[in-house]
Amino acid sequence: MYRIVSKEMLTPLVCRMEVEAPRLASSACPGQFLIVRVEEGGERIPLTISDFDPEKGTVVIVTQKIGASTQDICALEAGDAFSDVAGPLGVPSEFMEMSEDELKGQRYVFIAGGVGAAPVYPQAKWLHERGVAVDVIIGAKTADLMIYRDEMAGVCDNLYVCTDDGSEGFHGLVTGMLEKLVLEEGRQYTMAVAIGPMIMMKFATLTAKKLGLPMTVSLNTLMVDGTGMCGACRVTVGGKMRFACVEGPEFNGHEVDFDEAMRRQGMYRTEEQATEPHVCKIGRGR
Amino acid sequence: MAANRIPRVQARAQEPAVRARNFEEVSYGFSIEEAQLEASRCLHCKNPRCVGACPVNVNIPGFIGYVAAGDFASAAAVIAEDSSLPAVCGRVCPQETQCEGSCILGVKGEPVSIGNLERFVADWNRENGVVKPSAARPNGHKVAIIGSGPSGLACAYDLAKLGYDVTVFEALHKAGGVLEYGIPEFRLPKEKVVASEIATVKELGVKIETNVVAGRTVTIDSLLDKEGFSAVFVGSGAGLPRFMGIPGENFNGVFSANEFLTRNNLMKAYREDYMTPIHTGDKVVVVGGGNVAMDAARTALRLGADTTIVYRRTEAELPARREEIHHAMEEGVRFMMLTNPVEVIGDEKGWVRGIRCIRMDLGEPDESGRRSPVPVQGSEFEIETDSVIMALGTSPNPLIARTTSGLDTNRRGCIVADENGVTSRKGVFAGGDAVTGAATVILAMGAGRKAAAAIHEYISGK
Repeated sequence: MYRIVSKEMLTPLVCRMEVEAPRLASSACPGQFLIVRVEEGGERIPLTISDFDPEKGTVVIVTQKIGASTQDICALEAGDAFSDVAGPLGVPSEFMEMSEDELKGQRYVFIAGGVGAAPVYPQAKWLHERGVAVDVIIGAKTADLMIYRDEMAGVCDNLYVCTDDGSEGFHGLVTGMLEKLVLEEGRQYTMAVAIGPMIMMKFATLTAKKLGLPMTVSLNTLMVDGTGMCGACRVTVGGKMRFACVEGPEFNGHEVDFDEAMRRQGMYRTEEQATEPHVCKIGRGR
Repeated sequence: MAANRIPRVQARAQEPAVRARNFEEVSYGFSIEEAQLEASRCLHCKNPRCVGACPVNVNIPGFIGYVAAGDFASAAAVIAEDSSLPAVCGRVCPQETQCEGSCILGVKGEPVSIGNLERFVADWNRENGVVKPSAARPNGHKVAIIGSGPSGLACAYDLAKLGYDVTVFEALHKAGGVLEYGIPEFRLPKEKVVASEIATVKELGVKIETNVVAGRTVTIDSLLDKEGFSAVFVGSGAGLPRFMGIPGENFNGVFSANEFLTRNNLMKAYREDYMTPIHTGDKVVVVGGGNVAMDAARTALRLGADTTIVYRRTEAELPARREEIHHAMEEGVRFMMLTNPVEVIGDEKGWVRGIRCIRMDLGEPDESGRRSPVPVQGSEFEIETDSVIMALGTSPNPLIARTTSGLDTNRRGCIVADENGVTSRKGVFAGGDAVTGAATVILAMGAGRKAAAAIHEYISGK
């Protein structure tokens, strides 16, 4: 069993948990993910790793309620336990392979959408700790749904906040912010990384293309085992079939067939929605 | 010879029309009377060919003699000397090409039903709990095993009996490997058979750590260098599912057999009390002709789908066990032979609506000796379907080879190991599908046993 050390709701729909998983905590790297199962009978749910502490033997995960299984995850409290936590899975971020010299000249811009801020955090932190220039753009629908604002501020040179409704920071989308930074403020980046909803990563990639920026995206595809066995996570990258769980989750955004990936991601949506309890949206704006 | 005149006893089975709608085990196995009658048919050859034909060399005439005499506990003890998973093997081994295939009675008539007898003894022993294997005194040496499938369990069993301190690392949340995720409940009951055989291995002192992905959570290097293991056996299984490389394979509703079976077997999607979803629609087409194709088709049928198997050669070349083909046909799976898909067709929302196929003819024999199928020009046609399941085998998972220094792989990506499981890396042994590519449970068990012997020799000779 994997005990939950602490839990907090970051927004009404998003929770953060610190979970005991000693082996995982000592082997995790930025860019990787893990799979949890709440109990016997539960689904295997892939989640990004948003922090890890080898000394304490814990990992931090952030979950957004979108279906029945993620509701069950968010219903757990500190002191409860997951029946299973497996990982780390996937390939660590590309920069983990870079030499110190290679890292020195880099200027990273991270684009985080919604809960995508959670997996951006360990990447920005890793680079920032090594003195690499890091800017982060976080986007959310509205200020109340923004997560990791304060945490992120501590691990980057510049933090830019955007909201769709203008309730905080830049009034507009993350793509607009990226254009503004590059075109109006003359920022020069060597690498862009976008993590968030598939549709956001698609448009962030299109913007990066326009700006002539390399782009890495982290694909949150369907998965069953997460170890390369089932092929549910297959995506088309550069015209080839790739398995996100063992060859990803990070890929060159310019080569990803996002439309196919989005369609495949929604394969079980009707099944999921049938079991999804009603989430009240009254008073939460749009 | 009186023994010859008794016809081979057939095990009773659920009626096809009934079992096609449930996930209960198809075969009921032998009763005590049936088992003793069948056991009496064995000629007890001086040079029993069946023993040599068994990958783990079970003393077959030995245990059958005890069954005939009604001493089932002694029969179980004889099997336990060589096999860690008798209730599994009695059910899923291809006996027709191994022990039963070499039974002398089969030359003129029907061979002894060795598989059903093994199953009977194992089931009897489980229900009556008489014979438990025992471990030697601990010898203080630690051995790590990667993967809790058939090869890993067989290796662990033999090493534990020799007194080794064995830890098995399993990537999934449940031990058993292909026995859990691959082979369906109706052929191999999970709680009754798989879980209890694994419990027997654990009773020998074998520890099983689940949720540990070798190459990620731990590496073979770290197990040897930091965790004090003297040797590692890699039985990590087959790996990544193959697809055909035809257009439309990523439409919604196209699955690998691995995905479809894992959802249903490991994740128990067929049960109301499990949350993992599974999709069939009204019609399912399964592509392939092996045991995995049969398992997928019979699973789809039980989930309520009208199911068709398409295979590019003829029925005679189907690589699946005859028994599985026969069962699938009886249950109502449709077989379209000499048919090969050329394209999956999707609707406007990106869901499968059909599969375009081409008729095939058998041409000259290929390197496998089978006549290779050639397409018949202009014979393309469409089959309407809601799902397509690709059962085309697997290619090796590169994770372990990539993260282990000095471990050689071959051109296909399989780990290179000799017949004793010895690899290019000192202290690292391998066997099962990770070495051979997709094969059978019993061949993997055989490889696990041989590696156990080689590990024992390696450590005791240090």
